[in-house]
Amino acid sequence: MTKIGLEIHCQLTKLESKLFCSCKANYREFEPNHNICPVCMGLPGSLPRLNQKAVESATSIAMALNCKTPEKIAFFRKNYFYPDLPKNFQITQLNVYGDMSIGGEGYVDVEGKKIKIRRVQLEEDPGRLIYEGESERTKITLVDYNRAGTPLVEIVTDPDFENPRQVRVFLNILSDLLENLGVSEPGLEGAMRADGNVSIEGGNKVEIKNIGSFHDLEKALHFEITRQESLSERDIEIIQETRHWDDRRKITVSSRSKEEDQDYRYFLENDIPWVKIDQGIITSLQKDMPESISSKKERFVEKFDIAPQVADILASDKYYSDLFENAHSDSDAKDIANLITTDLMGLVDTKEKREESKLISQHLSDLVAAINDKTLTRTSSKIALQEIVKSGKSVKELLIEMDLGQVSDSSEIESIIMEVFEEEKQAVLDAKENPETVNYLVGKVMQRTHGKADPELTLTLLKKSLGIK
Amino acid sequence: MNLKTSILDYINDVKSGSFSVEEFTSATIQRIKDVDGDVHAYLSLNQSAIDDAIIIDKKISAGEKVGVCYGFPISIKDNICITGSKTTCASKILENFVAPYTATVVNKLQSEDAIITGKTNLDEFAMGLTTEFSAYGPTKNPWNLKYVPGGSSGGSAASVAANECLASLGSDTGGSVRNPASFCSVVGLKPTYGLISRYGLISYANSIEQIGPVTKTVKDCGFLLNIIAGQDSNDDTTIDNANSDYLSDIEQGIDGKKIGIIKEMTSDGLSPEVSAATKDAIHDFEKLGAHCEEVSLPTIPYTVAAYYTITSTEAGSNLARYDNIRYGYDFESEGYEYNSYISKSRTKFGPEVTRRIILGGFVPSAGHAGKYFLKSLKVKSKLISEVNSAFEKYDFLISPTAPVQPFQFGEKIDDPITLMLLDYNTVTANLTGKPAISVPYCVTDGLPIGMQIIGNSKSEKSLLQAAYALESKTELPEVPL
Repeated sequence: MTKIGLEIHCQLTKLESKLFCSCKANYREFEPNHNICPVCMGLPGSLPRLNQKAVESATSIAMALNCKTPEKIAFFRKNYFYPDLPKNFQITQLNVYGDMSIGGEGYVDVEGKKIKIRRVQLEEDPGRLIYEGESERTKITLVDYNRAGTPLVEIVTDPDFENPRQVRVFLNILSDLLENLGVSEPGLEGAMRADGNVSIEGGNKVEIKNIGSFHDLEKALHFEITRQESLSERDIEIIQETRHWDDRRKITVSSRSKEEDQDYRYFLENDIPWVKIDQGIITSLQKDMPESISSKKERFVEKFDIAPQVADILASDKYYSDLFENAHSDSDAKDIANLITTDLMGLVDTKEKREESKLISQHLSDLVAAINDKTLTRTSSKIALQEIVKSGKSVKELLIEMDLGQVSDSSEIESIIMEVFEEEKQAVLDAKENPETVNYLVGKVMQRTHGKADPELTLTLLKKSLGIK
Repeated sequence: MNLKTSILDYINDVKSGSFSVEEFTSATIQRIKDVDGDVHAYLSLNQSAIDDAIIIDKKISAGEKVGVCYGFPISIKDNICITGSKTTCASKILENFVAPYTATVVNKLQSEDAIITGKTNLDEFAMGLTTEFSAYGPTKNPWNLKYVPGGSSGGSAASVAANECLASLGSDTGGSVRNPASFCSVVGLKPTYGLISRYGLISYANSIEQIGPVTKTVKDCGFLLNIIAGQDSNDDTTIDNANSDYLSDIEQGIDGKKIGIIKEMTSDGLSPEVSAATKDAIHDFEKLGAHCEEVSLPTIPYTVAAYYTITSTEAGSNLARYDNIRYGYDFESEGYEYNSYISKSRTKFGPEVTRRIILGGFVPSAGHAGKYFLKSLKVKSKLISEVNSAFEKYDFLISPTAPVQPFQFGEKIDDPITLMLLDYNTVTANLTGKPAISVPYCVTDGLPIGMQIIGNSKSEKSLLQAAYALESKTELPEVPL
């Protein structure tokens, strides 16, 4: 049986400052090496100052992953030389004298299967290396330390996944969960990274590193499973090793053994005293913990009778669920949910579109109210929605400006019906013969009124004119 | 003008108008020019010291608020950062490192109008006990220039002993303030771990080291401690000292106090001179009304090994950043292979630092940590519980600061193990985090001997009372320089 485990790194992008200094956690908007200080540069004599908010955010992640959280946590030094690591050691966590990481022994439900979370730990992100130049001879390595010291949470799973598809579902769930918690924006470039390890029946565990995106992770896992299976078929031993994902060739490549033999000489980071995780903090985090996606979904289905697949979309996307929660009342909840998942979704399906959108929750409740009291047809509401996203104008304004008001005047509709009858003689005969084809004529009336005619009234009047039931 | 004055007397003289700050500063700089060619206590001098003095004089004459230091001159060990000044750690690897920020302790001194004279010599990265491991040449003992001043804060102790300043700040990882204080006949305090901010002190073994004052008198030590002690938001390991006043009641005496004479530090290995001085000191304590008796701390014979294992482990990690990528020295890179680059860039470390980095790569490594590093941590925690139970019975623990008197240059430098054993009496305070002070006790055959008093955590106030009491029993000759 194939076993896959994951190591996910997630930046706490919602925090104001880095893990050990007051430089910005959001390093993305800076010129290279303009978001640095003596502490995150590891200058001689500087000392780390632990960001307590980072401990709280990481703890809330651990709690959301159903982890146990220890009474106190400690930090360790992971010693290795790398140019992007200012101190040539990374401050991270380790469980050696008992559990001293932020959390452990948790789980996530993935389609009814429990994926166990082995450990959640808080650590600092290194800087970034940027390679410039074409050939080996002209290649220049540049170092940007803006990212160095960014708070990073590492989540390690047990090898509980059976295939790459489960991995994808899990990562989607995890990504939604982190966004829902308000601690991270997994959509930001580099904010969420994952490495994997794979073993097939009877084979050794192989770790895969250097994976750029979740999409590549899935590809890398597929490749690695196929590679291991073909070795196994030919009775070649699968050796325990670390392999790198070669993004260009789309294959995994064995890493040099030197890197595997790395001895990190872990020991306690004594510049940071042990941190007591106060029961009061846990209680207040619990109190402030946003409703989980699964319980949100359950509530939508049970309370408002929203279809499970609609509730699923609403609950797992924080943008939609926030809109929904602010717009709905008990009576119009279902209509608002449907409006979001049918009409709105296509208009705001990317981060950029969401940022540009002028739509607020009030628009949604106004729109549904207008549809329900028949001042607006469903067709017109779609046009209105497009305009709202673009301009942010109120529904009231649009009804006047765009002449979208519903036509529910009988004589007006009857005169249009007469015009349609003139043009669609065959259809009129067909409808008299076979009343089910009357919808074609309804459609024609709607066309002429640009969707403004009250559909129910139109049908009644049509039937009356045709003398059918 | 008397450059041999204490800080407290200096302040009274400036206040009463006996001399100006500028006059005293100029005289001090002249003294440095006169003697430091021989002593070599300083690695660099503060070029704006006179300007700083003039500013303070103006404040005094204008009746403006003046900081409590009144411009007394103080030197700073060259492993403590001051904005714009070179901070070399007496190493070639930091030859051109100009700190972009100032250590908390220096900030506190400057905001109380102390004048920094310059940066003092040390064993490279504070690893050593003689200053012979400075990359810029050793400091000489002002009592006899053929003799070592102790270390690693040898420059600090010598600058105070030679009257090239009134006080100094050193750092003490295993005795680096107390040992040179003892060798140069000045007062040196290693405070409780966390009492003084380490922000700006270049780390060697960060879990046990502290910045400590080096002064001519115990009262001056209390005065300095009042300025530099206390919690610092830039150092998470600092502790609340409830704004203690270490100077008030310093003359209270030690009548009725119980003193434990540490058996393991006073029996084998002491030179006859140090042994005799220790016996005299015990009599003095008894004459002062204290009850002295011998106490055994059986873990002590293991402490030096544990100390070097722990400090090397931390040093290997703390010094890993000196890869010559962001700051350092001119360096011609031969190729792009990172490992060979790193090896080459680190050849500028001196022999003692290299020795400890190699040791620090080995003792905590997978497969060896259990035998060395983790065992050392066990020694440390066993020692802590032994010392804690001793403090249930005694107010103070005493020993000579060093087992021997200063020795001549070159005598022990080729024998690292013997050198390491010089730490035998001092490392206990570092491993346990307890405060300890070295008080000049006597000068025998022209060479000083200091006594060490160890107190319980955060007991600096009563520790200084005991040190003051002992000091009052001593009559010391003047330094022959």
